[in-house]
Amino acid sequence: MTSEKSLNALRLAMPWLVTLVLFLLWELACIGFRIEEIVLPRPSRIFVVTLERWQILLEFCLQTLWTTVIGFGLAIVAGVLIGLAIGASPFVYSGLYPLLIAFNAVPKVAIVPILMIWLGVGPAPAIITAFVISFFPIVVNVATGLATIEPEMRDVMRSLGASNYEILTKVGIPRAMPYLFASLKVAITLAFIGSVIAETVGGNRGIGFLMLSAGARNDTATTFAGLFAIAIMGVLMYALCVAVEKRTTRWAFRGELVH
Amino acid sequence: MTPEMAAPLVELSGASLVYGREGEKTLALADATLSIGKGEFIAVVGPSGCGKSTLMKLVTGLLPATSGSVKVHGEVVRKPIKGVGMAFQNATLMPWRTTRDNILLPLEVVEPHKRRFRANRAEYVAKVEALLASVGLGGFGDKFPWQLSGGMQQRSNLCRALIHEPEILMLDEPFGALDAFTREELWSVLQNLWLERRFTTVLVTHDLREAVYLADTVYVMSRRPGRIILKRPIELPRPRTLEDTFKPGFVDIVHELRDCIHKEHA
Repeated sequence: MTSEKSLNALRLAMPWLVTLVLFLLWELACIGFRIEEIVLPRPSRIFVVTLERWQILLEFCLQTLWTTVIGFGLAIVAGVLIGLAIGASPFVYSGLYPLLIAFNAVPKVAIVPILMIWLGVGPAPAIITAFVISFFPIVVNVATGLATIEPEMRDVMRSLGASNYEILTKVGIPRAMPYLFASLKVAITLAFIGSVIAETVGGNRGIGFLMLSAGARNDTATTFAGLFAIAIMGVLMYALCVAVEKRTTRWAFRGELVH
Repeated sequence: MTPEMAAPLVELSGASLVYGREGEKTLALADATLSIGKGEFIAVVGPSGCGKSTLMKLVTGLLPATSGSVKVHGEVVRKPIKGVGMAFQNATLMPWRTTRDNILLPLEVVEPHKRRFRANRAEYVAKVEALLASVGLGGFGDKFPWQLSGGMQQRSNLCRALIHEPEILMLDEPFGALDAFTREELWSVLQNLWLERRFTTVLVTHDLREAVYLADTVYVMSRRPGRIILKRPIELPRPRTLEDTFKPGFVDIVHELRDCIHKEHA
C-alpha cells in the first residue's frame, strides 16, 4: 500500500501545516480579542505589507544577508584556525582559552557603539558583530574534535613514525569536520543575530534598521515583516549548512538520514 | 624455528616504568628483562593492569623506560621506532575512510612508500586488495569500517598493521572484544600470515589458549607492579590447528601457565 508514502508526505508537510495553524490561531486571536494593529498586527496584514513593500524589504534583506555571510565567513576562517591551534597545542589552549571565554561572555550589543566610533555607520560594524558573535562555537567545536582523538589512534600514527603535522592532517582535521559542521548550524543563526543587533543599535541600512525605524513610526506590521524576513533567511542558511554537512561528512551519520 | 638467535632484535634489560610525578608514583613495570629474536612470536600474559601494555609501549618507544634499557637492533630506543605495526582491541579504523583507504594509511606515512605513494597508488591498492583477500575480506575494500562486523573490522585492523611489512608487529589484545568463534578463526588467520611473512610479534593477551596457540615463547607477568615471573617456550609443531588446542600436550601447557598465575594471586 501507499500508506508509508503518504505518511512520508505528511511528515514533509508537517512544518508547513504547523505554521499555517499557528498563523490561523494568531489571526483568530487578533480578531477575537480586537487587538489593535499597532500592538500586534494580524498575519494577513503582515502578508499584505510584505507584498506592498517588497522592494525595500528585499533590498534590506540582501544588505543584512551579505554582511552576515561575510562575518560568518570570517568566523569560519578564524574559528577553524584558532580551534586547530587550541586543539593541537596545550600551550595555546592554556594561553587563549580563558581569554576566549571572557570575550564570549561580553554582551556583543555593548561593543557595537565602540565599533561605530572606530568605523562609523555602515556595513563594517554589522560584519564585525556577526563575526565576533559566531566564531566562538566554531572554535570550541573544532578544538573538541581535535582533543578527542583516541589515544590508540595517536599511538598507531606515532608508531608508524608520523609527525605531529601528519597526525593533524590525517586524523585530527577529518575527525574535527563533523564537529565543525555541527557548530556552523549554530554559528550561522548567531551571525544573523549579530548583524541585526549592529543594524539596530546604529545602522542606516539592513533589516535591523528597517525594523527599528518602522517601530519608531508605529508601523508594527513592517516590523513584523522584517522579523519574518530574518527568520526565513535564517532557515535558508541553516538548510544550506546542513546540505554541506551531509555532503562532506556522511560517514559521521553512519548512513542514516539527518534532518 | 629459531626463537633466539645470536643477536636478538629486541632486548629489554632491567627495564622499569614509573607513571606519574612526585608524590603519586605508580610502578607499572618492574625490572623486565627479555629478548626477542628476529621473526619470533612472543606472547605476554597476565592479570589485567599488570603492565602488559606498558611493556608494549616500551618496546615501540612510545614511552621511555624510567630505568634499565630497551634496545632494538642493538640501539637504545629513545623515541618511537619506525616501521612498527600496531593493533589494539579497539580497531581504531578511521570512519571517514573506506576499508581500503584505511589500510593504505601506513603507506602514506612510512618511508619509502610515502615518497612513492602518489605515483604508484595503483600498485599499492593492488597490494591492499591481495592482503584483504588473504584474510578473507576480498571485495570489502569499498565498505566503510562501520559497515563491517567487529570481526571484519579486526581483520582490517590486522591488515593495516601489516601492509607496510613492518619488522615488528605489536598486538594489544586484538581479539579481546570478539566472540569465541571469530576469535579462534582469527588466530588461524594470524598464524597463516605469520608463517608466510615471519614478522617479529609481541602479542599481549589474557587468553592463555590464544597465547599458547600463537606464540613461540610465552611470558607470564605478575600483578602490578608487573614482573616477568615465567618464560615458557612453546615447542608445539606448526601450523597448529584448533584441534590441537584440545590435545593433552597443549592443554598441559595452558594448565601450567594458569597455575603459575594462580600461585601468584594466592
